[in-house]
Amino acid sequence: MEDAIRLVGITKTFGEIRANRDISLTIRRGEILSLLGENGSGKTTLMNILSGIYFPDAGQVFVGGREVTIASPKDAFDLGIGMIHQHFKLVDVFTAAENIILGLPGERRGRLDMKAVEEKVRRICDRYGFDIEPDQKVYEMTVSQKQTLEIVKVLYRGADILILDEPTAVLTPQETEKLFAVMREMKKDGRAVVIITHKLHEVLSVSDRVSILRKGEYIGTVDTKDATELSLTEMMVGKKVTLDIERPEPENRVKRIEVKNLNVMGPEGVPVLKDISFEAYGGEILGIAGISGCGQKELLEAVAGLTIPMAGSSVEYFPPDADKPEQLVGRSPREIKDMGVHLSFVPEDRLGMGLVASMGMADNMMLKSYEKGSSFFIEKKAPRELAEAVKDELAVVTPSVGYPVRRLSGGNVQKVLVGREIAAAPSVLMTAYAVRGLDIGTSYQIYHLLNEQKKKGVAVIYVGEDLDVLIDLCDRILVLCAGQVTGIVDGREATKEGIGLLMTKIARTDDGHRHLGHADTTETTEGGAAHE
Amino acid sequence: MIPNLLAWLLRAIQFGTIIMFGSMGEILTEKSGNLNLGVPGIMYLGSFAGFASAYLYENHAENPVPFLCVVIALLCGFLASALGGLIYSFLTITLRANQNVTGLALTTFGMGVANFFGGYLLKGEVYTAAPVSNAAFSAKIPFLSDHLGLFGDAVFSYGFLAYTAILLAILLHVFLNKTRTGLNLRAVGENPATADAAGINVTKYKYLATVIGAGISGIGGLYYVLDYNNGIWATTGQVEALGWLAVALVIFTTWYPLNAIWGAYLFGMLYWLYNFLPKLIGITNIDRTSSLWQMIPYIVTILVLVGVSLRRKRESQPPASLGLAYFREER
Ligand SMILES: Nc1ncnc2c1ncn2[C@@H]1O[C@H](COP(=O)(O)OP(=O)(O)O)[C@@H](O)[C@H]1O
Ligand SMILES: [Mg+2]
Repeated sequence: MEDAIRLVGITKTFGEIRANRDISLTIRRGEILSLLGENGSGKTTLMNILSGIYFPDAGQVFVGGREVTIASPKDAFDLGIGMIHQHFKLVDVFTAAENIILGLPGERRGRLDMKAVEEKVRRICDRYGFDIEPDQKVYEMTVSQKQTLEIVKVLYRGADILILDEPTAVLTPQETEKLFAVMREMKKDGRAVVIITHKLHEVLSVSDRVSILRKGEYIGTVDTKDATELSLTEMMVGKKVTLDIERPEPENRVKRIEVKNLNVMGPEGVPVLKDISFEAYGGEILGIAGISGCGQKELLEAVAGLTIPMAGSSVEYFPPDADKPEQLVGRSPREIKDMGVHLSFVPEDRLGMGLVASMGMADNMMLKSYEKGSSFFIEKKAPRELAEAVKDELAVVTPSVGYPVRRLSGGNVQKVLVGREIAAAPSVLMTAYAVRGLDIGTSYQIYHLLNEQKKKGVAVIYVGEDLDVLIDLCDRILVLCAGQVTGIVDGREATKEGIGLLMTKIARTDDGHRHLGHADTTETTEGGAAHE
Repeated sequence: MIPNLLAWLLRAIQFGTIIMFGSMGEILTEKSGNLNLGVPGIMYLGSFAGFASAYLYENHAENPVPFLCVVIALLCGFLASALGGLIYSFLTITLRANQNVTGLALTTFGMGVANFFGGYLLKGEVYTAAPVSNAAFSAKIPFLSDHLGLFGDAVFSYGFLAYTAILLAILLHVFLNKTRTGLNLRAVGENPATADAAGINVTKYKYLATVIGAGISGIGGLYYVLDYNNGIWATTGQVEALGWLAVALVIFTTWYPLNAIWGAYLFGMLYWLYNFLPKLIGITNIDRTSSLWQMIPYIVTILVLVGVSLRRKRESQPPASLGLAYFREER
């Protein structure tokens, strides 16, 4: 197979951080290459060098056998290199078509011929089966549409070397499958495709070869057919690992949250949650599964007091130190938090919510706990210690806790976000997408931390995307479909297929005795209430 | 009644022309993501350079040619203000200095330069004039202005720059919305990292938009002395207030040049309200409240800001990265 790109001895440093050290690597045409490595191992940096965003300190780049200098993104296009960035590079107030032609020379000088552009966009969409409206504004698009738009954008430019940086981190399994189908089409067309993803099963299913980076260094390349999840993880972290999620037996199970007939109206006047009823217990992890956008976010927000449910809804909280329940509906988010009910939501745009990008870890810790301080002057010591603890415990790669969060690699940013909530020692801990975009090692650290919380008697509610993990980690799994509870299953007995069916409503026809929206909270399907 | 209304309209349109130039330049600048608060200073540079060059030419030529007066004044006014924009660009784009601080410093700088060198022209007098240039700049449209009655008076009796301003607003609109270069420029102001990744030369766009924008703003200052103020250079600090009004007008237009046309005239009406409205409705003795009346354009701008924020329409928001420096390897 023909070499598309050859990198020789690439080195790139940012101040004191050596993001890439003497990396040599080959990308071939008609092949999908996976780039694998823990968060902060330098994958994005290396690919940004190819796309002209960063300029290497040392090393050579060969494209099609010829040595080239890529000094700007424009040089990269001219060489046929197109990159879909981890954080989307789109202008929100522009239409899809406007984003696509950005920076391109016109067919007719100067004037914009939108008709011709839209025509060409439609042709590309037809070729790969994309579904994009050229005149739709980006701010109206879903994440997956934005992703598609990014791909169309590079194809429009005639890129034949495509780099996708963690494209699946925010996609549903179905959307991911569609993306992979497209990538395989591109491969058939003789293009070179590089994909960065932390999900090992994706690596194994889509790629032909895997190149591994560790702490900025090149470790090696293996053929995917000879690799397993375990062998790849070991290359990645550099030592023997076991890939088992522990699930301690719940002890002292006590009711903490009881939700009854929770109804929430969405902004468009359609209900986003319908008749939700369930209970969460201290000392167990309750998983919430569902296709993304089925009400997971709204459910957690309703419990945390961030949205106001409709009349008749009830969310009762049983505090550890009192014997009568408190009604949470009608209370402010602040009151609910002070009672010990915490929510950590990892948004699709990690920097968009909850962190101040230009501040360091320590200051970001302080943001969350500032109201606790009693003196007028800010107290620096406690947040600093907390930050140090999170840094050590989750192995956050940063020169110091004062280093601006914005400069950390994506996964490290997230460790800060999650670590901060866990550190607040709540009695109910709700997390959504806690491992979104995290590498395997860090994900396991997060699972471990959640388990620690569970052992401490905390009621953990975990909204996750990966069914395998939900099944391995959670004691019970609540399945949401279109804003309704379609079932609550025992994690020890659940199967991926079973949950998958519940996620897509098909369960209703298969399973006559379960009625949509009236799922009994104590009902657990296969196996009954084994742990009551 | 009618003559009074007409006089008000005439004044408003002339006044509007000054700030229309000022704010069109600033719209162009802000579309590149640069918030140039140096507009008052830049308009000062434009007015001074325009006046000084015309004045010197008039006083040194045997028979000053009106056409040359216009060309020389426009050229010098544009170049001097563009130079102000260049200073701003170098500081904020190349050296990545804080935009607000740099802009405010430029305002002070422009005022200082104009008043310092203006002193040489004044030679101790309170004011001095360039009558030939004034005549050239404020010449009404022949025939149309005096054969169409009231309509002719209201529409055709301004100097050519008043019409140029309208034309420029339309051109700017077409440029920003209908050309690739305009699209690229807007992308730079919205999201420079995206523009950069799309192969747009962000630095070049920012420099050009800011320098040309400053040049256009400066023409507003030039129009102020050589037409609106009857070709008189005086020691008062009028231009500064006009500069801030131009900045307010940018917000008022929600960054749409076409809105600048009627917005500027509306500002003119409001600005001159204190002089005409009381008379029209029969109130005398407004001296003590005239400053209150003159606040009205600013109050209207605040109301528009409130309205725009409440409506939350994405297209009426300022360019998303307005005021922020861009460096490719920073994140
Ligand atoms: N623009 C930048 N400025 C400073 N540090 C950076 C920058 N980009 C990346 N880094 C650092 O380089 C290292 C590698 O980051 P990155 O390439 O994003 O990792 P990955 O994509 O493998 O998670 C990290 O430690 C990160 O903090
Ligand atoms: Mg990365």
